[in-house]
Amino acid sequence: MATEQFTGAEIVIKALKDQGVDTVFGYPGGAVLPIYDAIFKQNDIKHILVRQEGGAVHAAEGYARSTGKVGVVLVTSGPGATNAVTGLTDALLDSIPLICLTGQVPTHLIGNDAFQEADTTGITRPCTKHNYLVRDIENLSRTMHEAFYVAQNGRPGPVVIDLPKDVQQGKSETYLAPEEVKHRSYRPKVNGEQEHIKEAVELIANAKRPLFYVGGGVINSGDHASEVLTELVRLTGAPCTTTLMGLGAYPGTDKQFVGMLGMHGTYEANLAMYNCDVMINIGARFDDRITGVISKFSPGSKKIHIDIDASSINKNVMVDLPIVGDAGRVVEEMLRLWKEEKRSIESRALKVWWNEIKEWRSKDCLGYSQEDSIIKPQHAIKRLYELTKDRKPYVTTEVGQHQMWAAQYFHFDEPKKWMTSGGLGTMGYGLPAAVGAQIAHHDDLVIDVSGEASFMMNMQELGTIAQYNLPVKIFIVNNQWMGMVRQWQQLLHGNRHSESYSDALPDFVKLAESFGLVGMRCEKAEDLDRMLQEMIDCPHPVLFDCRVAKEENCYPMIPSGAGHNEMLLGPEDVAEKPISEEGMVLV
Amino acid sequence: MAPIETNTESRTIAVLVDNEPGVLARVIGLFSGRGYNIESLTVTEVDVAHGLSRITVVTSGTAQILEQIKAQLGRLVPVHRVRDLSIEGSSVERELALIKVAGAGDKRVEALRIADIFRARVVDSSHDHFVFEMTGKSDKLDVFVDLMQPLGLIDVSRTGVVAISRGPKAL
Ligand SMILES: Cc1ncc(C[n+]2csc(CCOP(=O)(O)OP(=O)(O)O)c2C)c(N)n1
Ligand SMILES: [Mg+2]
Repeated sequence: MATEQFTGAEIVIKALKDQGVDTVFGYPGGAVLPIYDAIFKQNDIKHILVRQEGGAVHAAEGYARSTGKVGVVLVTSGPGATNAVTGLTDALLDSIPLICLTGQVPTHLIGNDAFQEADTTGITRPCTKHNYLVRDIENLSRTMHEAFYVAQNGRPGPVVIDLPKDVQQGKSETYLAPEEVKHRSYRPKVNGEQEHIKEAVELIANAKRPLFYVGGGVINSGDHASEVLTELVRLTGAPCTTTLMGLGAYPGTDKQFVGMLGMHGTYEANLAMYNCDVMINIGARFDDRITGVISKFSPGSKKIHIDIDASSINKNVMVDLPIVGDAGRVVEEMLRLWKEEKRSIESRALKVWWNEIKEWRSKDCLGYSQEDSIIKPQHAIKRLYELTKDRKPYVTTEVGQHQMWAAQYFHFDEPKKWMTSGGLGTMGYGLPAAVGAQIAHHDDLVIDVSGEASFMMNMQELGTIAQYNLPVKIFIVNNQWMGMVRQWQQLLHGNRHSESYSDALPDFVKLAESFGLVGMRCEKAEDLDRMLQEMIDCPHPVLFDCRVAKEENCYPMIPSGAGHNEMLLGPEDVAEKPISEEGMVLV
Repeated sequence: MAPIETNTESRTIAVLVDNEPGVLARVIGLFSGRGYNIESLTVTEVDVAHGLSRITVVTSGTAQILEQIKAQLGRLVPVHRVRDLSIEGSSVERELALIKVAGAGDKRVEALRIADIFRARVVDSSHDHFVFEMTGKSDKLDVFVDLMQPLGLIDVSRTGVVAISRGPKAL
């Protein structure tokens, strides 16, 4: 045993290093000053100073999602911790591995309503995968390593470690290395039942109208999962759709890819879901944005569901063949069996199925016409994609219509390139997430596809972008509306646009310039390509105010309370198919 | 797709957890946050050497909800084991109640007579009150409490259900 003594703050830093952490996103305050002091005295871990703690958590999410590593956050007690809550909830719903270190008042003051005291473990219990309050420095290194294990293993998620100031300042000889720490109870099941995997292979081989339905679980499982999945899908010849979270898990430009499914998914993906006879859900959770009304969801299919989280199974949709395990491992085994047993799907049936799908595809549900000088938002995003795709950019988004258009018109051939707030739908996510992605990939192109309203939710992070000279491209699809809110008001509330207009917007160009960034504004379709190219080529951060047609809505759409076979393809459909009573109460 | 179940049933679930701060709050928060019922919940440390506590929770719901409850409990980080004692073999369930009855005269005599029939023990008494202790199945306790109502019942304290499987196997 070493007799060297460490302070709690030093133990924290040492544990982070031993976990391979190179970057921490944070914001200082009284209750974390010892840790900030320890950061000051070393050079291995880089600290990125954000402008609000909420930004730190989203930045760590962007870092985590673009690297596959754990994102690390450091904030102070009280308001620092409460500001982190939205990001933690976001990470919980999207299964993003994070460690959030929060300062806490010294242990003897806990419970006394001390200055900047908040019951952080109480507040964050329902919005983390797990949390800890470290009351004794002797438990500190063990807790740190356990937290990393919990954040990454099983279904990933955020873990909070609340650190009272006296623990940070205390001294101890105890330091356990990561390999010395074994969790007492948490052992997620990663290998699927062999019997069930065999059954799944059998079911797929006998399908006539199979469909792969792929979610973020495949991305979380690691790049290998995407590789084996892609190989399996290609060998079967079956169509493949992904959720919003799963974009990039299967190549978006592949001919077997039928696009994203769900509320704003493609017509062909949703009709394939409605009509398939065998559904292979891999790492998706039958979210309500995907299923539409449950009673009309894929009524005739046998459902296989592969998920590492047993509680995802039969939660919303009853399935026929559940397989609890890691997506990558299970698919790898399916692939092995498929090849070994020389399986194939009957080609005649498959051909009929593809012909049906081609029929639906021919509707060209994402078609639009860019006629005059006013830029259609769809066109803006499509051109942004076309002009950047060779550079394989990392794309983050905010929440709203622009988010859905980005999901529709960008295509990702690789995992970890697409970062959007799927489960929580957090406006203000994209800008800090882009900061995190750019920190992790300094030389790559990182774009935040933003809406003017969402942008304002975390625009203070322009300061972070300026300080670290991060060449992030912030592309504001400026329709001067909270477009998605207005769209729902049109559909559900008689076109009464209550409080959904983006009034009193700043001059975004001047705003950018005030932070020392490049500001650009584009108002005419004929200028779009040239200005986009200028933005892409610019080595500095750019805030791009793209003025688009204001009244455009996002289609296709499964309205609330409807099934996949009842999509609205455009405004013409809306009048014909009024929203059901049942749909009115849904969100 | 299997038809959606609407019948609800009651289950007794045993959960072995690390005896660490906040673990009960996690379990209770899970039930309240997801809108599950708690009919009864008991918890105490059962293995001091290994720092393990046992939670016995009686809950109700449709078959689908009950499966969800078990899966959700199972994924809490400090949970070691979850067992459905109602369906995994047979089990013994018991509850303890302390029941205070105050009064004099005939009612007092009648209370004592019924207590005798129910094998409730007198653990405290004076000229004008009894405290009965009674152990048994919850519905038996319910009946006893009901019978005491007109006889001067003034206070009841119950432990909630504890349960253990029959046979030689551990949880
Ligand atoms: C933090 C937060 N508050 C409110 C909402 C509800 N909401 C969803 S989309 C939206 C409007 C977004 O407007 P904008 O960013 O301009 O995007 P657009 O839909 O116009 O493309 C709102 C208010 C949300 N998702 N997140
Ligand atoms: Mg807008």
